[in-house]
Amino acid sequence: MNVGIVCPYTWNVPGGVQQHIRDLAEALIALGHRVSVITPADDDADLPPYAVPAGRAVPVPYNGSVARLAFGFLSSARVRRWINEGGFDVLHVHEPAAPSLGLLACWAADGPIVGTFHASYQRSRALSVTAPILRSALEKINGRIAVSEAARTSLVEHLGGDAVLIPNGVATERYAMAAPLPGWRGRAGGPGGGEALGFLGRMDEPRKGLPVLLRAFEILGRRRPGLRLLLAGPGDAGDVAARVTPELRDRVAVLGMVSEEDKIRVYHSVDAFVAPNLGGESFGIVLAEAMSAGAPILASDIEAFDRVLLGGRAGALFPAGDHEALAAAAAALLDDPARRKQLSAEARAAVRAYDWSSVARDVLRVYETVAYAGAGVVESGAGA
Amino acid sequence: MLYHWIIDVLFWVAVVFLVGVYVSWRATRLDRLHVRVETARAALDAALVRRAAAALELAASRLLDPAASLVLATAAHEARTADADNREFAESDLSRALRAVADQPDFAGTVAGEGGDGADVLEELSSSAAKVAYARRFYNDAVAQARAARRKPLIRVLPLAGRAALPDFFEIDDDPPGV
Repeated sequence: MNVGIVCPYTWNVPGGVQQHIRDLAEALIALGHRVSVITPADDDADLPPYAVPAGRAVPVPYNGSVARLAFGFLSSARVRRWINEGGFDVLHVHEPAAPSLGLLACWAADGPIVGTFHASYQRSRALSVTAPILRSALEKINGRIAVSEAARTSLVEHLGGDAVLIPNGVATERYAMAAPLPGWRGRAGGPGGGEALGFLGRMDEPRKGLPVLLRAFEILGRRRPGLRLLLAGPGDAGDVAARVTPELRDRVAVLGMVSEEDKIRVYHSVDAFVAPNLGGESFGIVLAEAMSAGAPILASDIEAFDRVLLGGRAGALFPAGDHEALAAAAAALLDDPARRKQLSAEARAAVRAYDWSSVARDVLRVYETVAYAGAGVVESGAGA
Repeated sequence: MLYHWIIDVLFWVAVVFLVGVYVSWRATRLDRLHVRVETARAALDAALVRRAAAALELAASRLLDPAASLVLATAAHEARTADADNREFAESDLSRALRAVADQPDFAGTVAGEGGDGADVLEELSSSAAKVAYARRFYNDAVAQARAARRKPLIRVLPLAGRAALPDFFEIDDDPPGV
């Protein structure tokens, strides 16, 4: 198919929406489709070959923060020309409710339009006040996608109607290979240190379950003198260290916030990755990343994890909140290299269902559903 | 005096003109919503037909046991021949039949492992079932917005909707089979 994708935010500024569009576009291209992405960007910006600049985005206060948005005559004209010359089978607009290129594209096009809603708003005054203005543009969208249950709920509340849920994908390949962090031997058994358990997530958020892991380490650390704990994620490092008994403290490494690159290395530095969450997870992106890295996983048996880990086949499960069970399960796993190897292989296989190629397949089915008549996208005559 | 008279006339002409523009804009919007409902309905019908065809193809493929084939073929046939009143029940029954057949232990592995076009049939079945779910969401979304627009006072007072019937939601069980 020939797909036109509209990105509302500046391409070269890091952000979830931009990352989503990049991964989706590249997955679609890998499947053999033609993709063109129009995005706010300077004309001399460094863009991938499939991206088209629509002019500079200006920072404006919007919805409680400063967003870089593209609007005005120049952007509008460029969007029209891009639609006119693109000959797209389907137009895919991201975050169409933001006052940026997405809205301009809805305005300027007729034909099969798919809209993906990313953000969730608690109570957005912007969306309520401007809903009548937005509505006539948003009414042109034939198929709406929400990337999370929260995004879908706020969409239904503010604008009515319904949307299908297609969650973000995981770029599993990005996590597949990395060297362990210096000082950690990793799963391949390189130099530096003994066995290790890993954790990644907000340390000051009790629902992520770090206290459960720390209590389990009080038991485990005494029985296994070589065992170390590698903790990464936002939170106060001193605060975490204070919760560990002094004799074990030097075996707990607290990294704090880590770069994307180091995050991947964390997954490759430990013998088992622990996800002790107590609930509130809908999917567990961290779990999916650890699975992509092939880390043997030890997770609490909350519903979301049970589903992702195929009921325990792709990772060991323990009763949520039970630190003694966690300690016992971790000891069993650390003593059984064959099982770790098997869990690692199963995890890599299971996470493929969440890979971008699967997500792109679902998005393609949406395209085919709305564009089934084959009419294609044309420039809107009156612009209304 | 004459001057005031002209101002008054001009004022009312302007008012009538603006009201006319507004009403025509609302009528255009409503018309567009109705067109969207029709397009979405056509896509939904196409998706349903395609799913029934995929179910029939699987039933006729000799990849299943005769009893399962008969269950699928019957459900698919009912879905394709049902009249408007029974359509939603028949399509829900087809969803349930597909799930019952696909829920057998290691169904996908067995069918795809048979060689021949087993994997293709399964791919077509899972794709067409997913598209039914998408198409139905999109159709109901369009219906919800058209109905909301029809409830507005202006649309009720003026016959802007023409003779277009108030569209109905399409409610079926469309959970896809796990293949």
